[in-house]
Amino acid sequence: MEGNMNLTLKVWRQKNAKSEGRFETFDVKGISEDMSFLEMFDVLNERLISETKEPIAFDHDCREGICGMCSMYINGHPHGPKQTTTCQLHMRSFKSGDTITVEPWRAAAFPVIKDLAVNRSSFDRIIASGGFVSVNTGNARDANSLPIPKENADLAFMAAACIGCGACVAACKNASAMLFTSAKVSQLSLLPQGQAERQMRAEKMVAQMDAEGFGACTNTGACEAECPKGISIENIARMNREYLSASVSSNKEY
Amino acid sequence: MSTILDAKIPDGSLVEKWTKFRSNVPLVNPANKRNLEIIVVGTGLAGASAAASLAELGYTVKAFCFQDSPRRAHSIAAQGGINAAKNYQNDGDSTYRLFYDTIKGGDYRAREANVHRLAEVSANIIDQCVAQGVPFARDYGGLLKNRSFGGTQVKRTFYAAGQTGQQLLLGAYSSLQRQIGLGNVKMYTRHEMLDVVMVDGKARGIIARDLISGKLERHFGHAVLLCTGGYGNVFYLSTNAMGSNVTAAWKAHRKGALFGNPCFTQIHPTCIPVSGDHQSKLTLMSESLRNDGRIWVPKQKGDTRPANDIPEEERDYYLERRYPAFGNLVPRDIASRAAKERCDAGYGVGASKMAVYLDFRSNLINKYGRAEASKLGIDNPDEETLIRLGRAVVKEEYGNLFDMYKQITGEDPYETPMRIYPAVHYTMGGLWVDYNLMTTVKGLYALGEANFSDHGANRLGASALMQGLADGYFVLPYTIGAYLAAEIKTKAISTDAPEFVEAEKAVQERITQFLSIKGKKSVDNFHKRLGKIMWEQCGMSRSAEGLKGAIADIQALRKEFYSDVFVPGDADEFNPELEKAGRVADFIELGELMCVDALQREESCGGHFREEFQTPDGEALRDDEKYAYVSAWEFKDTSQWELHKEELVYENIKIAQRSYK
Repeated sequence: MEGNMNLTLKVWRQKNAKSEGRFETFDVKGISEDMSFLEMFDVLNERLISETKEPIAFDHDCREGICGMCSMYINGHPHGPKQTTTCQLHMRSFKSGDTITVEPWRAAAFPVIKDLAVNRSSFDRIIASGGFVSVNTGNARDANSLPIPKENADLAFMAAACIGCGACVAACKNASAMLFTSAKVSQLSLLPQGQAERQMRAEKMVAQMDAEGFGACTNTGACEAECPKGISIENIARMNREYLSASVSSNKEY
Repeated sequence: MSTILDAKIPDGSLVEKWTKFRSNVPLVNPANKRNLEIIVVGTGLAGASAAASLAELGYTVKAFCFQDSPRRAHSIAAQGGINAAKNYQNDGDSTYRLFYDTIKGGDYRAREANVHRLAEVSANIIDQCVAQGVPFARDYGGLLKNRSFGGTQVKRTFYAAGQTGQQLLLGAYSSLQRQIGLGNVKMYTRHEMLDVVMVDGKARGIIARDLISGKLERHFGHAVLLCTGGYGNVFYLSTNAMGSNVTAAWKAHRKGALFGNPCFTQIHPTCIPVSGDHQSKLTLMSESLRNDGRIWVPKQKGDTRPANDIPEEERDYYLERRYPAFGNLVPRDIASRAAKERCDAGYGVGASKMAVYLDFRSNLINKYGRAEASKLGIDNPDEETLIRLGRAVVKEEYGNLFDMYKQITGEDPYETPMRIYPAVHYTMGGLWVDYNLMTTVKGLYALGEANFSDHGANRLGASALMQGLADGYFVLPYTIGAYLAAEIKTKAISTDAPEFVEAEKAVQERITQFLSIKGKKSVDNFHKRLGKIMWEQCGMSRSAEGLKGAIADIQALRKEFYSDVFVPGDADEFNPELEKAGRVADFIELGELMCVDALQREESCGGHFREEFQTPDGEALRDDEKYAYVSAWEFKDTSQWELHKEELVYENIKIAQRSYK
């Protein structure tokens, strides 16, 4: 026992994608305020293992807020009450005696794998449809031969900071992937390197997003409010402009 | 019998070797490339860049990662930057200087030819990344900015705030996804490689486990590339991701690939200190912070005053005192040992007394605050103004790091100094490779942190990203031709061949074994105990006596693991505990080899500090007469290895006592 917080956890348990899920309640004791939310789960899992029960499966990897792997929906918010990743949420954000409800991301395009782990490969397919600059290795010119206004470089960087965790989708009542997709479209449309494929990119990425079963955007702004990396909803406006101008001017089949 | 290893270094002068090699290496014509299949394991900087580049060339590529997306490989967490000899700052940088700094930083235990090649291609990497749309930091003129890192006296580090690794990986990932979309790469996410398949003495495929269904799969390849990162998690607590592991490299080692310099571990000086037994990982605070942060402890032992109440004259800026020429930017091994020395002597700070301060206040006020005030034409600015102005600049340079520190510790580093302590970060050791990046197993390559080749006994900051991308974008795509040109007649081997069947059976048996032990202790219990042995006896400071004890302890731990571990769940499902069991079992074997290596190397060099071998003022004391070689260990049987050597020949650099004073 390292601390004196006692909590009640209601955790989603689901054996696999095909089975029905349900909540299971656990009491956890002796939690320290300095623990991260995932370390609190480590304590619970260690106990379950010592009781020869099956631990709770959840995704996590870097535990420093950058890989985007962790994905718990805590008390009705993706990544919990703070605007951060689950791994960077610390128990000092809770009080002893709290009941905490933990679910996986809920979206048709993110099927549950087991318990709290979901499959987000739909995001990879959106990137594969156009989220790149087509430049083969060895084709680049000198990096400084292409000056980029600092303002654009900074905006592109802020959009590129997306970690692809999917909190935006989990936060959205329509399970829309507009914030994720628009962040990549924005980053590349703001840079000179991204110009050649600009129209094709917006059209193809939006088409792929729709094909994956993500919902439509109704501008509630929940995605921006919950994004652990502060990705701005302005990116969605920028993508809409890109998409509109592409569909007006394009008559190509890609 | 031990042999002298042939690194296949091309002839000619150092500066011509790579150019001549590229012009002479056999080529594979485009029609034949399509028929050649390459397996790439791991999709970090090295793996993603290699998979994308090879697919662009026309090879048929299969890529594997254990994460749910290639974008999540731990390269994503690299913070501070990437080195390149561009000399954009006009401060005297050159390919030679980058080469020299890297050799010296590695304490003269790296291979000259590889390091020079690395320095040569460094500039191409920056060009390639910018072309992909990687948003590096820029000045108002739109040109690229640079900063300094440890062990150098020029500014050659390119960066994107404190998340350079993320941006570089997303660049490589976008190229990889493009090739996946084009059908040139088949991607297998949530797959873990569990063995190399050997056919007629060559690596011809892998056995991988689909981590969702638990099914074992057989995959054929004309060549196999391991881009699986380092093994810092052998220490349990490290800055690595929770899933980072040695398993792929270890399976290769057990199939005949020699392991180079396993004991060369990098302990990074600036990490957030351990706060309790619950801790699952340690978080790095980028070395780039040492551009602007000054490291100090109180001059008085056991001083309990808050940092800001300790006056300037009562602070010991011990790095600036001991190493005036490089100051706070000495290489990592030196900064780490110096922090340990102060804490062991009783000058540490914070509740645990195992921390030192990294303080931004003076540069925030004096360097940035004053510069901004002067730009704005404010004469005689008061301290409050200076803090406000300086804070904005520091936020732009390191904002995400300061936020991360605050989230983890609950303290605001803009107000009070960070508390930091060294932590395991990177492993210079890895699979031994020749100049072509091929291991001692034919057709089996190792790239990036998974190989041993470029950083000697200590890696300089911002050089891991450089090496990972150099190997994947610019080195391997050329060197693999030397092997594949002779393989164009080799038809794809059926995965029903007995070698595949046998390999799969062995993997299956091992999984069954883990599940059937049904002991009382969790996998983490063993991992934590292994980590404690390693940190105490094979960490920042090592001794013959300690290492001998550690070897015995690890052997006992291994026996206990195979009789008392409990792995819940089944083999045919998503089972993270089962994954961990396999990784920890491999870490236990590796830990023993690291101690064997550290014991055998009776000198101190870089991150390998043997207490018996130090100068009177506590610096690492190398023994070039006896140990100017790479130790490459051959696996014989459990706890049995044979040492092979690669002599290190320095034709261009005068080998000398490393000094940063």
